[in-house]
Formats: sequence, C-alpha cells, structure tokens
Amino acid sequence: MSTVTTTDIQHAVEDAAAHLYVWALKDIPQDLRDALAAAKDRETSVTGQRVLQTIHRNVNIADDQKNLVCQDTGIAVYTCRVGEHFPLHPARIYEALRDGTARATVEHPLRSNAVHTITRENTGPNIGHRLPIVHWEFIADWDGLDVKCVPKGSGSENMSFLKMCVPADGVKGIKQFVLESIVGAGGKPCPPGIVGVGIGGSADYAMYLAKEAIARPIGTRNADPIVAQLEDELYGLLNETGIGPMGLGGDVTVLQCHIEHADTHMTLNPVAVNYQCWAARRASVHVDAQGNLEFDREF
Amino acid sequence: MARHEVTFPITDPAEILKLRAGDEVTVQGHIIGIRDRTQIRIFDQGIDPPMNLSGAFLLHTAPNVRKVSEDAEGRGTYEKICIGTTTSARMVRFTEPLGAHYGVRAICGKGGFPDEAIEPMERLGMVYFAIVGGAAALETTQIEEIEEVAWEELMPECLWKFRVKDFGPLTVGIDAHGNSLYHDVQESAQEKLKELFARL
Repeated sequence: MSTVTTTDIQHAVEDAAAHLYVWALKDIPQDLRDALAAAKDRETSVTGQRVLQTIHRNVNIADDQKNLVCQDTGIAVYTCRVGEHFPLHPARIYEALRDGTARATVEHPLRSNAVHTITRENTGPNIGHRLPIVHWEFIADWDGLDVKCVPKGSGSENMSFLKMCVPADGVKGIKQFVLESIVGAGGKPCPPGIVGVGIGGSADYAMYLAKEAIARPIGTRNADPIVAQLEDELYGLLNETGIGPMGLGGDVTVLQCHIEHADTHMTLNPVAVNYQCWAARRASVHVDAQGNLEFDREF
Repeated sequence: MARHEVTFPITDPAEILKLRAGDEVTVQGHIIGIRDRTQIRIFDQGIDPPMNLSGAFLLHTAPNVRKVSEDAEGRGTYEKICIGTTTSARMVRFTEPLGAHYGVRAICGKGGFPDEAIEPMERLGMVYFAIVGGAAALETTQIEEIEEVAWEELMPECLWKFRVKDFGPLTVGIDAHGNSLYHDVQESAQEKLKELFARL
C-alpha cells in the first residue's frame, strides 16, 4: 500500500489552486446567476435593462466558449480553513497556493496583474511579495482543508472605504457611511454587486471582515440576528439610492449586503466597506488528509 | 432614447453631435485600446503616440492576449484571449488633451467620467460611451482582430488597434451637448440620501 507524503499533498493543493483560479474566472456560481436573473426581472429602467441583459448574454457566452467572464483576472485572494490535524503545514499550503496561481497564469495564459507597488513593474505571473493574499482560519479536532479562491478585480477593490466612527455615531453612523460610500462609488465598481461590510474589531480587522463578507454565498445571513437585521435593512436602503446597473440609474444598485462583525473596544466603532462587482467570482475545494480533492464544496 | 450605428474613425463631426445621453450605440470599424500607462507616456512623458488618433474611438482596456509571432525587429503579433474594459475615472485628466491635440472623438469605458469631462467634451465635440464593465466574454466576440500593437514594452497597457463588428451595446454616458447621465444620477442620489438619512 502506498503512503501519501506531505509532498503529494502539497502537489494536490497546488493542482487545486491552479484549477480554482481558472474555474472561478470562467464559471460564476449558481447563487450569483440566480441573483442576476432576479435583478433582470425587477429592473424597470431602460439603461438598467440594457446592462442586465448584456450581463446575461455575457455569462452565457463565457459558458459556451469557456472564456473568462471578465478580463480582469484580479489579485488571487484565498480563504483557507485548516484543520488541526491536516498533514500539510500552512507554510507549505501557502507555497502550494502561490505555485498553483503562477502555473494557472502561465499555462492558460491569464493576464498577469501583479506589479511592485512603487516601481509598477510586473513581479511575475500574478504572484509577488505577499501575493497571492491568503486569509487563514484554524479548526480544532479536524484533519481537512477548505480553500476558497476569490479573484478580486481592481475596479471594485478600488471602491473600498474605512471610517473610524465613534461610539456616539452609533449604528446610524454605520448605515450613513455605507450609503455614502456606495453612492459615491457610483458606476465604478460595476454594480449591481455585493456590498461587504466589516464592523467592529480594529481598523485592519474591519476591512479584513468586509473582504470575508463579499466572499459569502449571496443572500446568506450573519448568524447573529442583530447583525442579520442590519444586513436586511442596508440591502433595502442601498437599493433606494437609484445608482442602478453600471451607475447609469435604475432600481437595482446592489445584489446583496453582507456584514461580518467582531467585538471591539468600548471607544471604537470601525466600519469598513469592500465592494464585489457583479462578476462576483468564487470557487471552492475541500482537500482531505489523503490529498483527495472535492470541488465545489461551499463553506 | 434613439439607437445609432457609428463607424470609427469618423470624419464628420455631425456623427458625434447626433448622439444624446442615454442613446444606445453600436460601433463598427476600428477602435484603439489605451490605458493608464499609455496615456502617462503620451502626456506626462511627452511622447507622441505612433498611431493616428484623429476621429478615433478609444477603449479603456488592457487585454488578455497570446503572442503568435515576432518579426525581424522583434515586433509581435497577437491573438485575443479575453478583452474587456476598465474603469475610466482614473484617466479623466487626459480627456481634454486627447481631443484638443490628437482629435479623439469618442472615449469608451466603464463607470463613467466625473463632471470635469463635461466641459471639454462639449467644447471639442466628444462623447463618452458606457460599456457594461465585466462583460468581456461578449466584448471579445465583437473584436474581430488585433490589427496593430505599439509600445509592447508596456504590456498589457500597450496601444492596441482592434477591428470590431457590432461592438456594443454602448450607452451614451456623456454627450457633446453638456449632458452627463453620471452627473444626473449622482445629483438625484445625493438628494435621495438626505431623505434616507432623515429616516434612519
């Protein structure tokens, strides 16, 4: 009987990353397709209908021709849930994700977006210093690994906002900031998309949570009922702004609003907004302790 | 809201003047791909573009391409993989000189231009076309061929010449008569915000 080595598992994770990156770029998830179809059904403006029908055509063409939905291959962002007993150390998981991202970029080939942040020179096939970006979560009493790949386009990422509200601003301050941010962003982040909001924690952690929020399946709700209620309320308010598809005016400004939260200091009230465009690309894999891959197991 | 078909490059300014904000447009002919670094080179480094931009339609893009061959001087030819459109607002400051110095008549991108583009577009007879951002798979099928590439060292932010067929649907976002859909949408959204804030 052959023994599975950590090298084998590292190769399996690399293969998974290479597959996830391209797959995410080409085949958008079913929940997003459903949300876009519902948006098309309820939009009443002429320009908004033009945009949503074009999006629908585009998704079908990407399916038929096995092409990328959007040309912006983004920066690869991965979320990993690592079991306590998963046999590969996170340092090696990171190497595998980086190598898989690079391999997919070269083999497909995909546009490489990675540049040095000062010189603006390309740093490699969608990899570089601290690229790709990985969010980590560690799970006790488990031997598996879950990986989610979210290629994040720059049009939406440029529409990220942070405000250190004070406690006296209350929840009203949070709502106002989210509304102002999305109206100010207008058509730039390719609406209608997913508004991710991170509240509490610290400045850096609020933005991290906002990014986690955009990666959730569309329309899922925060487990805390108080936060879930705020998600519902903001979703309704954002769709009253009239920004509309691609910022040309209309009824559908956002597909959803997701919020992640953390407890915070008594004098802090941070709120971060991270936008995800309508092409909210996302793909997942589960890796078991033997390195077997099970794609599309959402978490 | 009317529908139009326009072939670029144009020679008759009336082709632009007939377009009104909100109209739907389909484009034929040739369009030029351009992006941040391309325009920084032209205007901040003062290097004339090696392509004629008179009457041109510019597309804010940086495509996914495959190099298929190279001539004796090292100039490549490329085939399309996936070509889509980027956010225009970053490049708004180049609008006036593109029209005034090079005769560009149309700029196409996604997300719109802020209000500073309205005056030069009216004065110079230019138009901004809104494309559906992210709809690159469709856009790629409407680009028949990459006919020319200049400044390959800026890859993928080179100067690209594409031959297109039935490129669109585009929406006139800013017309040559001082109208901007983006201005109007922002104005009414800011009013709406006041009402929403009062309800919170």
